[in-house]
Amino acid sequence: MSHVLHALIEPGFFSSSPVRLALAIGGLVAIVAAVVGVFTVIRGQAFAGEALGDIGASGGASAYLAGVPALLGFVGFSVAAAGAMELIGIQRVRGRDLATGIVLGAGFGIAALLLYLGTTYDNTSGATVTILFGAIFDLTSSELPLVLGFGLLVLATLTALYRPLMLASISPELAAARGVPVRLVGAAYLISMAIAVALSAVTIGAILSTALLVGPAAAALRLTTRPGRAIATAAAIGVASTWLGVLLAYDSYDWTASHKAWPPSFFIVTVVLAVYLVAGRFCQSGRRGRGLSA
Amino acid sequence: MFSGFMVNAWIVATLVAIVGAAVGFFVVMRGSAFVAHAVPNGSFAGAAGASLIGVNAILGLGVFSVAGALGIGLLGRRGRHDVATALTLVFMLGLGALFLSFNTEYGPQVYSLLFGEVLGISNNQLWPTLALTLVCLTALAMLWRPLLLASVMPSSARGLDPFKLELCFLLLVALATAMTVPVVGTALIFSLMIGPAAAARAFTVRPHIALALAVAIALVIVWTAIASSYASNWPVGFFVGVLSASAYTVGRVWSWSRRRGALS
Repeated sequence: MSHVLHALIEPGFFSSSPVRLALAIGGLVAIVAAVVGVFTVIRGQAFAGEALGDIGASGGASAYLAGVPALLGFVGFSVAAAGAMELIGIQRVRGRDLATGIVLGAGFGIAALLLYLGTTYDNTSGATVTILFGAIFDLTSSELPLVLGFGLLVLATLTALYRPLMLASISPELAAARGVPVRLVGAAYLISMAIAVALSAVTIGAILSTALLVGPAAAALRLTTRPGRAIATAAAIGVASTWLGVLLAYDSYDWTASHKAWPPSFFIVTVVLAVYLVAGRFCQSGRRGRGLSA
Repeated sequence: MFSGFMVNAWIVATLVAIVGAAVGFFVVMRGSAFVAHAVPNGSFAGAAGASLIGVNAILGLGVFSVAGALGIGLLGRRGRHDVATALTLVFMLGLGALFLSFNTEYGPQVYSLLFGEVLGISNNQLWPTLALTLVCLTALAMLWRPLLLASVMPSSARGLDPFKLELCFLLLVALATAMTVPVVGTALIFSLMIGPAAAARAFTVRPHIALALAVAIALVIVWTAIASSYASNWPVGFFVGVLSASAYTVGRVWSWSRRRGALS
């Protein structure tokens, strides 16, 4: 039995402090991203999530240049980008992708410049790779309170807005007829999504951050169409994928002769995609066509 | 700026602008900006993989952008299209991160791949780029009518399998990706696709004129970007991204002022 366990989990996994921190922050982030993601998928805003994550890279780069925690940069730039998207009319479905794309292009261009400046600043490309693809084992415990604070803020916002937001996501017309301020609720949601994507960027990197936002939520919505249950399932899938990814990355140290661990972000993203595909196998029987299925 | 090694850059950049804008015209017509973002961005893994096993970057870009396009097409058939696109993209980027971690010497190149580099164009990329340009433009000419019809009014395009047409379109984006990436970089090529085309559509509703205008705007953007990048040493992608967004803004302001003029 212990042999099997050793083969699955390398010795020292639970006693290593970077691993513990990665599991704690990774799990926390996965829950927040998955809960927010359920609404993202229902509202069909995956592209907006992707764009906010990519633009967050400029935030990560400027935080690096300024010497402040990367999370603050991610959050600052993502929220600003959410504001810009709101301003040029992301709420209208027609032409929405185009507006998102234009903001994304401009933001990504600025990220290119800032990362370039960061690279010439200390002559390594390490920061570029960390910002874009994440480095979950390099997190420090000083980031935990920040992650916790932003995470709770997002969850509190969504709890407060739960009913109007869900109604506005499923049927904007019905919500408007009932007096829900659809535009305002949408804007508040967009900002929550920006923060969730920024949190996700800290663990798996800016350009991969959509994986935790959209993947677990889409898989959960394939398994159930009940909103409450979908949110709980998505959070569970998100945490399990992150933890499994961290475990595999830790184990991969011994997979090749060169003893070089594979990137955790790769494993997390792969597990998320695999869960989504497997969930697709189960979705046909349970589909009820209420507009929630992913 | 026009010395020997830069001649290649100017030729390739011109081809890139023409193909990017022409394909981008349909990206805008079909409203599939997300796909145009995902296919080139995901092909990053191909370039990283090609460098790992030591083959031409265009080959790696081609294989991965086609694989990504097919993945998006097939996954999007059964699930939500934007979710399928996002997950295909992040998976390919994750693969890219893996390839990158295998190759220790690759570090500095990540940057030029993602965000473009003028000096990154060598002689052995000139001919593949030229060949791909011809393939893309021929394919575009053949698909012109069905794509236009299906983009403008999907219901009227009878006798066309929308899924097949979508796949053809995705493959076109993939081909354009493989050739355009080395100049502008995987991250910003979609900006060159949608910016000029979206701006052109603000000025005219006639498809042929809009297409020509989009190509013209893209040429101005790419030439300006290369000259500025050469002068400042800043990444090409930065200039392309910002100039494309500016072109779009000008188009929006123009159509807005026209509408106001018509009302008053």
